[in-house]
Amino acid sequence: MDDLESRAAQALADIDKAETLEALDALRVGLLGKNGIVTAALKTLGTLAPDARKARGAEVNQVKDRLAEALAGRKQRLEQAELDRRLASEKLDISLPGRDGERGGIHPITRALERIASIFARLGYQRADGPEIEDDWHNFEALNFPPHHPARAMHDTFYFGDGRLLRTHTSPVQIRAMAGRQPPIRIIAPGKVYRSDSDQTHSPMFHQIEGLLVDETSSFADLKGTLAEFVRAFFERDFEMRFRPSYFPFTEPSAEVDIRWETEDGQSRWLEVLGCGMVHPNVLKNCGIDPERYTGFAFGLGVERFAMLRYGVSDLRAFFENDLRFLKQFA
Amino acid sequence: MKFSENWLRELVDIKADRAALAHALTMAGLEVEELTPLGEELAGVVVAEIVAAEPHPQADRLRVCKVDVGQGAPLQIVCGAPNARVGIKVPLAMVGAKLPGGISITAAKLRGVESCGMLCSAKELGIDTDASGLLELPLDAPIGQPLADCLGLPDASIELKLTPNRPDCLGLYGLAHDVAALFGSAVKVPAQVDAPVASEARRGIRLQAGKDAPRYLGRIVEGIDPAARTPLWLAERLRRAGLRPISAVVDITNYVMLELGQPLHAFDNDTLQGDIVVRHAGAGESLKLLDGNEAKLDEGFVLIADEHKALAVAGVMGGYDSRVTDATRNVFLESAHFAPAAIMGRARKLGLHTDASHRFERGVDPELPRRALERASGLLLAIAGGRVGPVLRAENLADLPPPPTVTLRRMRLKRVLGVDVADAEVTRIFTALGMHVTATANGWQVTAPSSRFDIEREEDLIEEVARIFGYDNIPTHSPTGALALAIEPEARIGELALREQLAARGYHEAVNLSFVAADLLARWGFTERLVPLANPLSADLAVMRPSLLPGLIEALRHNRARQQERVRLFEVARVFQQDASLREEPAIHGRTLQAGDPPVETPSLAIVACGHARAEQWGESPRLLDFHDLKGDLDALIAWGGEPQRWSVHADQLSGWLHPGRGARVARDGVTVGYLGALHPQLAKSLDLGADVHVLELALEPVLARRLPQAKPVPHFPSVRRDIALDLPEEINWSQIEQVVRATLGARLKELRLFDRYSGRGVDVGRKSLAMGLILQDASRTLTDDDADRCVREAIAALEQTCRAKLRG
Repeated sequence: MDDLESRAAQALADIDKAETLEALDALRVGLLGKNGIVTAALKTLGTLAPDARKARGAEVNQVKDRLAEALAGRKQRLEQAELDRRLASEKLDISLPGRDGERGGIHPITRALERIASIFARLGYQRADGPEIEDDWHNFEALNFPPHHPARAMHDTFYFGDGRLLRTHTSPVQIRAMAGRQPPIRIIAPGKVYRSDSDQTHSPMFHQIEGLLVDETSSFADLKGTLAEFVRAFFERDFEMRFRPSYFPFTEPSAEVDIRWETEDGQSRWLEVLGCGMVHPNVLKNCGIDPERYTGFAFGLGVERFAMLRYGVSDLRAFFENDLRFLKQFA
Repeated sequence: MKFSENWLRELVDIKADRAALAHALTMAGLEVEELTPLGEELAGVVVAEIVAAEPHPQADRLRVCKVDVGQGAPLQIVCGAPNARVGIKVPLAMVGAKLPGGISITAAKLRGVESCGMLCSAKELGIDTDASGLLELPLDAPIGQPLADCLGLPDASIELKLTPNRPDCLGLYGLAHDVAALFGSAVKVPAQVDAPVASEARRGIRLQAGKDAPRYLGRIVEGIDPAARTPLWLAERLRRAGLRPISAVVDITNYVMLELGQPLHAFDNDTLQGDIVVRHAGAGESLKLLDGNEAKLDEGFVLIADEHKALAVAGVMGGYDSRVTDATRNVFLESAHFAPAAIMGRARKLGLHTDASHRFERGVDPELPRRALERASGLLLAIAGGRVGPVLRAENLADLPPPPTVTLRRMRLKRVLGVDVADAEVTRIFTALGMHVTATANGWQVTAPSSRFDIEREEDLIEEVARIFGYDNIPTHSPTGALALAIEPEARIGELALREQLAARGYHEAVNLSFVAADLLARWGFTERLVPLANPLSADLAVMRPSLLPGLIEALRHNRARQQERVRLFEVARVFQQDASLREEPAIHGRTLQAGDPPVETPSLAIVACGHARAEQWGESPRLLDFHDLKGDLDALIAWGGEPQRWSVHADQLSGWLHPGRGARVARDGVTVGYLGALHPQLAKSLDLGADVHVLELALEPVLARRLPQAKPVPHFPSVRRDIALDLPEEINWSQIEQVVRATLGARLKELRLFDRYSGRGVDVGRKSLAMGLILQDASRTLTDDDADRCVREAIAALEQTCRAKLRG
């Protein structure tokens, strides 16, 4: 008995001094293992008289619990110390750049174009498309431009030897969208267009978006409403806007739309952003639509102009130089 | 159309100030493009007469003038103008005057001689660009009169950007009618005054051009003073309209054209022989024009000729030999009507654009010739004297139909504009525009004046109502109406999503012009089935691109030349070829192309990359981009569509611009859809590029095709993995190994993963080591170790047999 007590006292002191988990485990085996002193003491119980066995048993178990508790406590402290040591050593420079974080970007023209198309998509306009190499019928005649008409001279046209041409506007998509189809029609047609003109403010290739609505009730008032909503949605703000009478062979009445734009010097001026009008009855007829039953409106806008205004691009040519120092600003 | 504001105000009674007038014009569809105030700061500038002009004692170029300003003694002015001479009247800026441009006039000594003011050129006064000498004023100008009064200043030069449908506003009278309608006021256009006929000089006129020239009026004016000078008021109006005064006769015809809109022409009557013949040009006929150039004509041109020779191209320009010169004493005035269709495109064909052709191809009022002829005769008489002959006239009235009467329905007006316009207002608008209106039960019957070519149908009337009513007064309304719901196919990737995907992989989107230089294409080997422009802007922009790559590589080079070592660009756009056979895509162009079919436009996707595989970083040693980096991009695009088994890459039938050993042809369902790889070293060298430049170009539609997922049950039984390393001859491709293993193991092989490739020490020269993992699974039971081992043995045996493989230890 005294022996067990004294050895247990010694063991508790040893546990307290154990510096590693391995040393602590060796102590555990020496105390509570198969050949440990507590196990040995328990084995002697069978030789005792029942009364003595009970008392002795209680004493031994008490020693066992004390030792087990001490072992567990020490283990926890050692583990904590080891974790603290590890954590102290595992320190990263979290300010180093992450891996593979680089990404590219979408061209500002695409960005503006998609924004515009998606605004109209929410108003129920379906996307439509047509060829960039067009024939005279779709680009001019069906749109009510007679041959040699002065209105054609406003479209500096690229031709191919066979009489085909590069479309000068996205309006021929109207003809293609209406042909063989009956209203209601709501389409939006973005794409590349071409004019043989190149200087600081003209690119021989640029992007337009054509919109067309034909149904039984549309009016000039609806056209005004649609474009006012669109401009507000695109720029996320209100503008002073005006519709000015103009002329396009394929719409009548026709209008150009100006918005009041504030420049950096605090001045403001009228800026033309859209052309539009009520679809000319000849155009509806050319597409097999009854102009008595249906009316419609059409509008066209230059994507570059909207991208320049929206993203503060001052030089049109920057769009086509593909300089990464420019493109990365839109990533 | 450019004109003097004061001139317009003389013809229409309005109170609006200049800004209000300009705004009203713009908002009526007559857009004011430029407005230049003239003579705003002329206080202190007066009419002076030079009464003495002596050489300056110290300077050859200067003169010391004495000028009379009508008060006190003559002033001494030092002047350097070449035309400073005794007897002329000129503007004098007196001491204290401030000229436009901020010059203050003070008394000063010029090379030692006192000068008390400045004699001025038109430019110094801000009324014209002419700085060649002093502005010479009429000899009857009152001495001492303020210059502004003398010249009718201040004024403004207003330039309108007129649309082609409004030729009626190419004359001040027509413009005055529109302005009157806008302001609800009246025009003050003088009535026609016939010039008194004082001669019997005649000449026959024969019309032989049918409906192209249905009316021709002429008149001989004999004995004019060839030295007559254009009066200042008329010259000033021309100047303010952007025309330079030339000679009295020419200035008068130009003046009447500006006033009425009717182009006139004056011939030297002594150069004409016999009748005037209005006819079409003969094939190959030519004529020396006023500008000195020889015009080559064809049957499409209408000519003014006499009995022996061509005189003028009708409606475009007069001839050189019959022109009015400073010796002309007898004039033949022409005032004719030519149909727009006869003139459209003619001037352009000759490389010309004249005031006459501009008006005639848009349409001139057919009722104007008489009035214009009388007006020009009267002015000629007043300015240059002479004896006016009778009006000579030929016309085919059948080709001059009266303006149509057009019906406007009240309901239609409301429906198109979306607003109710009061009946009285509609009637007022038409009447103010000079139209004849009759009210009917349902609307109006309207006959436009002969000047309004553009009024032919109901919509034209609706537009007129809207224009004068004011677009601003039409309400704003959101459309309501039937909506057809568009069906978006799920089995197609959106183009924007594709772009986002490429951006996420580090690529920046580029936009290049669709046309490139033929020699650049030749360098790439694109020489066939090209689509060249007939009228390119330059040789650099002459051919529609058959591939996005040449342009995209130029963009890459642009960036390389600007310190960007690592460039990753993509573009989505169409490429153009004469027919589809270069790109075999029956799935897209599901038809056989016929000769004469339009060039094929194929939407394409291209990417180009150079520099390091990764952006500069600290974690791994840098490595140049290689073929398999780009192939990874291709794999990602393919994986996105969900059907990788339909895609394959091939080492044969490569494009010439590809490196023959580092390039691949990409196919979908066995059909070539694009190419991938390093540029051919020769091409790269000629473009000054290195071996790190890699490219990929694919037809867009196959990339956008996507599988609509169809779910299968998740497997019940676990998979087993066995790794093997094989020693193989270098020339055995991975695809061959994959094929053999798949064929051998069938459905049990779920996946074959290559995880190492090695050659070097421990591997014989000409051989390589590949380590791969076989992932095995059975749909009906759990595979045992024995099953797995047997699979591996079968695979190895097959590879030994077909690929000369050896299992490594």
